[in-house]
Amino acid sequence: MLEGVKDSFILGGREFTSRFILGSGKYSLDLVRAAIEDAGAQMITLAVRRANTNASENILAQIPEGVTLLPNTSGARNAEEAVRIARLARELGCGDFVKVEVIRDSKYLLPDNSETIRATDILAKEGFVVMPYMYPDLNAARDLANAGAAAIMPLGAPIGSNKGLRTKDFIQILIDEIDLPIIVDAGIGRPSQACEAMEMGVAAIMVNTAIATARNIPAMASAFKKAIEAGRTAYLAGLGRVIEKGACASSPLTGFLND
Amino acid sequence: MNRTDHMAYLPDMEILMESTIMEQVLARREEYDYRRYVAEDIRVALSKDNRTLEDFGALLSPAAMPFLEEIALKAREETRKHFGNSIYMFTPLYLANYCENSCVYCGFNRCQKIRRAQLKAEEIEREMRSIADTGLEEILLLTGESRKMSDVHYIGEACTIARRFFKMVGLEVYPMNTQDYAYLRECGADYVTVFQETYDSNTYETLHPDGRKRVFPYRLNAQERALRGGMRGVGFGALLGLDDFKKDAFATGTHAWLLQRKYPQAEISFSCPRLRPVTNNGVIGGSLLHESELLQVILAYRLLMPFAGITVSTREHAHFRDNVTGIAATKISAGVSTGIGGHQECQEETGDDQFEIADTRSVSEVYSAMKERGLQPVMNDYVYV
Repeated sequence: MLEGVKDSFILGGREFTSRFILGSGKYSLDLVRAAIEDAGAQMITLAVRRANTNASENILAQIPEGVTLLPNTSGARNAEEAVRIARLARELGCGDFVKVEVIRDSKYLLPDNSETIRATDILAKEGFVVMPYMYPDLNAARDLANAGAAAIMPLGAPIGSNKGLRTKDFIQILIDEIDLPIIVDAGIGRPSQACEAMEMGVAAIMVNTAIATARNIPAMASAFKKAIEAGRTAYLAGLGRVIEKGACASSPLTGFLND
Repeated sequence: MNRTDHMAYLPDMEILMESTIMEQVLARREEYDYRRYVAEDIRVALSKDNRTLEDFGALLSPAAMPFLEEIALKAREETRKHFGNSIYMFTPLYLANYCENSCVYCGFNRCQKIRRAQLKAEEIEREMRSIADTGLEEILLLTGESRKMSDVHYIGEACTIARRFFKMVGLEVYPMNTQDYAYLRECGADYVTVFQETYDSNTYETLHPDGRKRVFPYRLNAQERALRGGMRGVGFGALLGLDDFKKDAFATGTHAWLLQRKYPQAEISFSCPRLRPVTNNGVIGGSLLHESELLQVILAYRLLMPFAGITVSTREHAHFRDNVTGIAATKISAGVSTGIGGHQECQEETGDDQFEIADTRSVSEVYSAMKERGLQPVMNDYVYV
C-alpha cells in the first residue's frame, strides 16, 4: 500500500483491509485453514448446501474466528430458492452476509440476472448484506443497487474456467458507473489476472477454482494475495497511459497555436 | 410366445406428444459409425473446450483407444475444474425386489426363484437409521419394477421417511407419469435415474419379453417426464454389453445431451454398469467389455459433459472404482447391499440380492480410501428447497 494511506473498504458495516475473498469449495477441508492464512483473507465463501451437513468433517469448523463468512446460495434455480437458502444460512449461524447465486443452467453455470435482482430485493429487506453474483450488465447492476445490494459481483469468465477477464470492458463500465464495491467473482485463473482486475479499480477479487486446482494450494493462495495487493497499489498509484504507436509528439494538432 | 408391440404405449402411459427426443436419439444412434474416425478426430476433440456429439462419437471410437492416457489426463482436468477433489458418497437402499418383468439378464426377473420381500414403513425407518449412523447423508431408493407391490404411494412414503434421515434422496424405480414424479418430488425425492439398458429397440424387445418394462418409448422418455414433474436431476445409463456398447454409450450421452439442451437447469448424471457374469448370461447375445473399454466410455461421458455426475457401480472392483474416481467419476457408493433388509447389523436379509457386488467395503473404508488418494469425501452438497 502507499505509505500513509489507509486503504480499506466497508461492507455491511464491517471494514476489510484484505481485498481477497477466498472460496472454500473443491479442495480438501484440512487445507482450508492454511489457505485462509496464506491468503490473508478476511472473508471466505462457503456453499450453504455443503455446510448443511452432520458430517464429522464440517467446513464451518475449519474457519478461524474473525473471518467473515460469506454463505452462497449455490443450488438455487430461482429467487425463491435463493431466499430460502439464505435464511437457512442464517439459521446455521453463518451471519447476515449472503452471496446470491441463482443459476438455472447446469452447463455453463451462468447467473440469471433477473432472478438475482428479485432475490436481492427480498433479502435486502430482511436485513441481509447482499452480494449478488451476476453477469456484467449495466442495467442489471443498477437494478441490483436499487434493490439494496451491498456490492456487485460480476463474473470475469464462466465459473471454474480459469479464463481470466473475458468481460473486462463490461466490468470497467460497472466500475465507472456503479457506486458500490465491484468484486470480480468468477473466471480468474491466475494471479496476474487478479492483478489486472485490481489495476482497473475493482474493490476485491473472489477466487476459488484457481486455488483449488493448484498443486500447492496454500502457496497459490499466497501468490494471489501478493498479486491482489500489487494491483491495488498500482491502481492507487495511478497507472500511466499506454502509448500505442511509438513516441507521441506533445501537441501534434494544436501546436500551431504557438507558431 | 405371443409378444406385444414393444413400441406401443399401454393405455395408462403418458405420451409426450411434442417431444422428439427419442426420435433424435435413435436417429443419431443409427447414423453413428464409429469405424470412420481417425486419430486426427481424437486430437481435435481433445483440443476443444466445449465438445459436440461429433467429438463424443470420436472419443468412443476404436481410433481413440491409443489415446486413452491423453484422454484420461484431459478428463481429470475437466473433473477437477468442475468438482475439484470432491467425491460424493451415498448408498442404495433396496425397498423391495418384487418385479413384474422378465428381463433375461436380471437377478430380480419375476421368473427367478428368489426370496421376495418388501420393507414395511418401520423396517424402512430402521434400515435408514442404521445407514444414517454410518455418516451418509444421501440415499438412493430402489424397488423391483412392480407397480402392484410397490405403488407410487409406497415409494412416496419411503421418500418422506428418507427426508428425515438424509439430505438428498434419489430414486431408481420403474418409469411413471409426470404427475407421479411431481408427487414424489413433493414427498422429498430429488433425482431420478432410469436405466434404458439398451437403446437398440430390437435388442430391447428380445431382452424384455413381457411386463410394463417391455414398452421401449415409455422408458426412454422417463427422464423427460421426471424433469417436467419438477425433479432436480436425472440419471442415465445403458447396461453396457447387452448390445453394441459403443452405440449404446453414444446413445446414452446423446440422450443426456439433448435433454440438457432442452432443460438447461437439469442436473445430469451417468451410471456406467457393464454386463457381468450371471446365471443367465448364456441367453444374452451381447459381449462383455474389458476394463479399458469401460474406462473409455466413462472418459467420453466426462469430456462430453464436464459438469455431469458420474457414478461407478459396485459391480466393479475397488481398484477400478478408486482409480476412476480420481479421474472422472464423482460419486461412489459404499456399504452396499443389494438385498432387502441388509443394512442393519444382526438382521438377516429377507430378500435375495439383485446382483453380486465386487466392492464390499463399508462407508468408513471407502471414506479412508478416498482421503488416501487426496480426494475429499463429501456427504452432502445439496439443500432441498
